[in-house]
Amino acid sequence: MSYQPPATGYEALMHRSEVAVSVELQTQDMTLNIGPQHPSTHGVLRLVANVDGERITGVEPVIGYMHRGYEKLAEVRTYAQMTALVNRIDWVSGFASEVPFIIAVEKLAGIEPPERAQWIRLILTELFRISSHLVFTSSYPLELGGVTPLFHALRERERVLELIEAMTGGRFHPNFNRVGGIKPAAGGGKTQKQVSMDIPGGWLEDVKAAMERVLGATDDSDTLVTGNELIKARTVGVGRIPADKAIEYGLSGPNLRASGVAYDLRKQEFHLPYDQVEFDVISGQDGDCYDRYWVRLQEIRESVKIVLQAIEKIPAGPLRAKAPRVLKVPKGQVYVRGENPKGEFGYYIISEGGQKPYRLKIRSTSFSNLSILPWVLKGALVPDLVAIMGSLDFVLGDVDR
Amino acid sequence: MITGWFWVDLIIKVVLVLVVMIGLALVAIYAELKVMAHMQNRIGPYYAGGRWGWAQPFADALKFIQKEDLVPAGADAVIFKAAPYVVVASTVATFVVIPFSPSLVARNLDLGVYFLLAISSLTTIGVLMAGWASANKYSLMGGLRAGAQLIAYELPLVLTVAAVVVQAGTMSLVGIVEAQAAPIEIGGLSISLPFLLKGQIVGFIIFVVAAVAELSRIPFDMPIAESELTMGYLTEYSSLRFTMFFLGEYAAMISMSAIAATLFLGGYWMPFVPDSALIYVGPFILVTKIAILVFFMLWIRSTWPRLREDQLQDLAWRWLIPVALLNILVVAFFKVVVF
Repeated sequence: MSYQPPATGYEALMHRSEVAVSVELQTQDMTLNIGPQHPSTHGVLRLVANVDGERITGVEPVIGYMHRGYEKLAEVRTYAQMTALVNRIDWVSGFASEVPFIIAVEKLAGIEPPERAQWIRLILTELFRISSHLVFTSSYPLELGGVTPLFHALRERERVLELIEAMTGGRFHPNFNRVGGIKPAAGGGKTQKQVSMDIPGGWLEDVKAAMERVLGATDDSDTLVTGNELIKARTVGVGRIPADKAIEYGLSGPNLRASGVAYDLRKQEFHLPYDQVEFDVISGQDGDCYDRYWVRLQEIRESVKIVLQAIEKIPAGPLRAKAPRVLKVPKGQVYVRGENPKGEFGYYIISEGGQKPYRLKIRSTSFSNLSILPWVLKGALVPDLVAIMGSLDFVLGDVDR
Repeated sequence: MITGWFWVDLIIKVVLVLVVMIGLALVAIYAELKVMAHMQNRIGPYYAGGRWGWAQPFADALKFIQKEDLVPAGADAVIFKAAPYVVVASTVATFVVIPFSPSLVARNLDLGVYFLLAISSLTTIGVLMAGWASANKYSLMGGLRAGAQLIAYELPLVLTVAAVVVQAGTMSLVGIVEAQAAPIEIGGLSISLPFLLKGQIVGFIIFVVAAVAELSRIPFDMPIAESELTMGYLTEYSSLRFTMFFLGEYAAMISMSAIAATLFLGGYWMPFVPDSALIYVGPFILVTKIAILVFFMLWIRSTWPRLREDQLQDLAWRWLIPVALLNILVVAFFKVVVF
């Protein structure tokens, strides 16, 4: 039943060469195809890795298995129709990728959204940031083999998602932004029309209560994961990205901040009223996997701070500015970027006038964050591959668009 | 001797060992589902069987059996098919020498400990067979990891057991239990203690760490490592053969716990239980001790992530083996010089 090599052709040649190699007692690198279906590639990423035993000598990411052509789709859709698509780019934080697009359209069209809408956008963005980071802090130990943190953090994330659902009607894809403000909250219908023109009653109080529980979840993570010796053994010093390399490869968000660069778009550009809330930019030191985990955990706490301040400061007023029903945007171009939970997320819109953009360029976060994989994985071990890949926290929909 | 006829006795013993092993393994599977669920704020299995989901292991087994028994095209079919049985057989065989009470032991070998260690390391061969014959790169890496890991941790395991054998002065498992039951004189007070409290605490810790590694359980489950190697050497297995591996894994957990309980915790013996009662109470005492050790392993699993392969080797060669050697020296010194 043993393997019979074919007598002729390419395979025979390969077999002969393999025999020759084994006779000389040399070993050959093995090509290990990781993905597109693999438990820890977060979807359909494929990595073609050359491994010498457990040591990775080279790795090449193959992307595009999830390409949905959003940039092209945008050219045949009106601006209002696009809001349903842009929140599907990074589905773990749908709202956060909706906001820069809608702000870009508002800038092009010259519409000023009311302040209350801006504050609600800010709160929802932070809720999605908390939800996204909770997914990371729960699933990252899972990739290292620890099962329990997943359930503890996901339970509190569920509370956050319930709040988002109460507000927007959707858990992942809110499609809540409208040009000129936000959509009237969920629970509408004819009879409740007047009531539902604002955020649901008691919602802000519920958010406050949920924030307490989120802080509890981060404390749980602290006791179960942050100080865990085995987690430290697996992550400290693994996958180090120095600050200059991180900037070179265009990393952003927590991945960049973990390398010690305190750069946060929320402190740079104020499309949303981030200038009126106080929070710290968390940055790490070594840029290793542990720092990337730690930065995200701390950012949850900062987001909670922001949300609690925003609840105090949210002004009264309308939710939506007056915008024409058929929106015609003048000629022009604009680039708006925002701090997505995963990093810098931007939209470049070129308008030739009319209802549709002439061209939309999406600067998606995960695509840039993933580009460092070949550099950082070189020389790592196969178990480190999982640890490093997980710590970069990318979403494949965000990579392929 | 039960009936006096050799073949009838043999069949009864084989059936008994199989029933005990499979029964305990099923209980261990159920315990893992339930205990881990409660540690993770879940309920766990709930519907199967009508109450507490007690039938979940049976339902799982039935589901696996219904699946198609796949053999990959490039696989070495004979070895691929034989591998799970090698693993299960070596695990079952360990139950042969474990005494459940002074007389309830399938075979009381004089070299019981030796038999145990020899037979339980056969598992490695089964795992290597599975990894090599699957014709899958993940399986190959998992199999090789398992090979390296089991060799590294067989050593501290054997060394700690050697220390116990030195202290007991016998290799028979019944003899080791009796040595623990034998009273010792401390300041005119006559008490009997298990080896754990008679200076084998270091040995016990090393044994448990090495046993968890031998069983390839978290934090030492690199051969399976589903987030890296999908399922390691189990990747290509399905249906009944997967069930065999699965059952073998839990049976091995039980057998390792039984060995640890016998060597360090007094086996079927317990202080303050009269010797005449041991023959009836013994099995329950041993199973309770096994249950405590199994619970400990489940607890570890829901607390820690897995280590890396090089860290695991580091732990074995640089820490466990030197300490285990030192342990033998100390035990032998006390045995020869002090007592």
